[in-house]
Amino acid sequence: MNLQLRPALVAFIALSAITGLAYPAVITGLSKVIFPKQAAGSLIKADGKVIGSELIGQPFTDPRDFWGRPSATVDANGKPLPYNGANSGGSNLAPSNPDLKKAVEERIAVLRAADPDTTGPVPVDLVTSSASGLDPHISPAAAAFQVHRVAKARGLDEAKVRDLVMAHTEPPQLGVLGDAKVNVLKLNLALERLR
Amino acid sequence: MTTAWIQNLLFLFLLLGIAVPLGPFIAKVMEGERTFLHPVLGPLERGIYRLMGISGGEDMGWKTYAWAIACFNLLGFVAVFVLQKAQGVLPLNPEAMGKLPTGLAFNTAVSFITNTNWQAYGGESTMSYLTQMLGLTVQNFLSAATAMAVLVALIRGLMRRTSNGIGNAWADLIRSTLYVLLPLSAVIALLLVSQGAIQTFGAYVHTASGQVLAMGPVASQVAIKMLGTNGGGFFNANSAHPFESPNAISNFIHMLAIFAIPAALCLTFGKMVKDRRQGWAVLAAMTVIFVMALSVTTWAEAKGNPGLRNLPVDQVATLQQGGGNMEGKEVRFGAGSTSLFATITTAASCGAINGWHDSFTPLGGLVPLWLMELGEVVFGGVGSGLYGMLLFALVGVFIGGLMVGRTPEYLGKKIEAFEMKMASIAILLPSAAILIGTAAAVLSTTASASISNPGPHGFTQILYAFSSCAQNNGSAFGGLSANIPFYNYGLALAMLVGRFGVIFPVLAIAGSLGRKKYTPEGLGTLPTHTPLFVAVLVGVVLLVGALTYLPALALGPIAEQLALR
Repeated sequence: MNLQLRPALVAFIALSAITGLAYPAVITGLSKVIFPKQAAGSLIKADGKVIGSELIGQPFTDPRDFWGRPSATVDANGKPLPYNGANSGGSNLAPSNPDLKKAVEERIAVLRAADPDTTGPVPVDLVTSSASGLDPHISPAAAAFQVHRVAKARGLDEAKVRDLVMAHTEPPQLGVLGDAKVNVLKLNLALERLR
Repeated sequence: MTTAWIQNLLFLFLLLGIAVPLGPFIAKVMEGERTFLHPVLGPLERGIYRLMGISGGEDMGWKTYAWAIACFNLLGFVAVFVLQKAQGVLPLNPEAMGKLPTGLAFNTAVSFITNTNWQAYGGESTMSYLTQMLGLTVQNFLSAATAMAVLVALIRGLMRRTSNGIGNAWADLIRSTLYVLLPLSAVIALLLVSQGAIQTFGAYVHTASGQVLAMGPVASQVAIKMLGTNGGGFFNANSAHPFESPNAISNFIHMLAIFAIPAALCLTFGKMVKDRRQGWAVLAAMTVIFVMALSVTTWAEAKGNPGLRNLPVDQVATLQQGGGNMEGKEVRFGAGSTSLFATITTAASCGAINGWHDSFTPLGGLVPLWLMELGEVVFGGVGSGLYGMLLFALVGVFIGGLMVGRTPEYLGKKIEAFEMKMASIAILLPSAAILIGTAAAVLSTTASASISNPGPHGFTQILYAFSSCAQNNGSAFGGLSANIPFYNYGLALAMLVGRFGVIFPVLAIAGSLGRKKYTPEGLGTLPTHTPLFVAVLVGVVLLVGALTYLPALALGPIAEQLALR
């Protein structure tokens, strides 16, 4: 039995060094050379400043912008802080939880108040919180739902805004993987450039 | 909706494409034969043996083998525990993460050595980069290697005749790590980075508008967390976090990585016992149960939340939206990919998530829960899935033997009282941990106070926690506040029972079978490569799972489903 102590210790230390130090270091080095932008977080910069990551959603509340999905993330003290990139997470509300129904009703009310003219049913992703709380996307339906409000607030032609949404709509990858989506941050940045 | 079903089919097809070459490759590695990787990694392997003072060829009896595995895992526990306690004064800690409380550090250390990866912490708000790499990533490799070693020892027990040895634990651990887990992880990590997963030692990024973006050496850890069926996310949101899985392609890679080795090992088994049909039969039984489970989840989640039906909310899938039950899901995956992921991660003992199971519909959440309770033998964990399934195969031939009144045999080995006792212990211990643990939690007022959802769903949260831990899965109904002493220590105990309460009986069976002589097939032998045996195996797994858990499931998800109209 005693015999196993040296092999155990040496095997553990050697394998720890290989898988816990060498492996992540090599992958980091290779990533930096081959995929520098992705490895650093696909950051979007303007005037030398980081304004966000194209993969991480941001809290948009201005009627002039397209809004992303509700986010259930909190700050270090547990207070709501939507799209907190340092503390990802979801609501974990059960489908049977009355709080979920209440939250959805409140979100519908906010959308209706911001745009009384659009009266159809609300696309589900626009009133349910995402898994990460950082979802950068909404469905094309959720974008279409907001076109009237955004165009009106910006004094733009609705058709023009709709075209922009179309141009930013990404189909399921390889035709069948995942759902169709629109990146909210990229769409809003493009909106700023629209004249 | 239709695309979801096409994606499901594509997944199974590609999985087979990976398993067919990978299975025989793993057999070669574990039998010590040369592969195309040996020119590079061979010297490393031999160098480690030299430092250890062994040749790598010494045959061990089952008790020595078990002792080696125990020592190795104990060292892992100490390392992870100490790293969490000392991370505040160690390097690679740009966000100045402090030391963890003892209960949480204990829970996490047990969680990662047992391949569970239950997480009562949020990665980006708790762990330093060094702890994630040198503690958690290492155990992602080594716990997977441990289970592969135990599996191969069991297969040797079945193959060998009147032999006292079941192989060398050190060689098995080192070979599976170096030749299988490490190269595959490196490839997967780079693929994930190419899609947008991050990999950096830099500090968290602060944007102009004040958003803080957590960073880290993510892809390298995520690759092995999937491949080793560990499941512990670098970030709290796990595979739902865009930096772990930025798009549907990376999501697909995650899913294939979970099942790749468990599926391949069935074919490894067939090759090692020199009868490929045996491997295919086990793989077929797993696939049958998997497809049934997947169909229920996909259907339930695509239908959407019945509780929102009376509100002006559009949950129907169209070309413009995926629809379905989207609370706790990401748009880039949609209900379809999330259902597939949830079924895979709980059929295997992975436990990574790309959407919160707590927010699944009652039936959509029942399937992951029950898959774990079946013992995670439907593909299951790396190594642990197949050794678990082989236990059920022993029970299957035993029942078959009882029917015709003959001594049961499996692969030419007589299955006698000792093997059946050990198999029963290994199947019953995790079940006992789940049901007794759940009962204790429900009776305790402090433990029940951790529930976050009212009604039957609250009970399901507790049942899910103990099922996940005792079966070493690690996924959660995440609303449960598990970072209290009751759960930190109680669930750690469940993880240890569920892991070593199976590993040691399996090794005992391996030792006992290895000593037996070969019994040639007779008229009364139940062939174990036929569709009939596949049906027996599926029946045994489902029956044991139903008898053990239906009463508990009726109190949880079934009651919730009936109430939710």
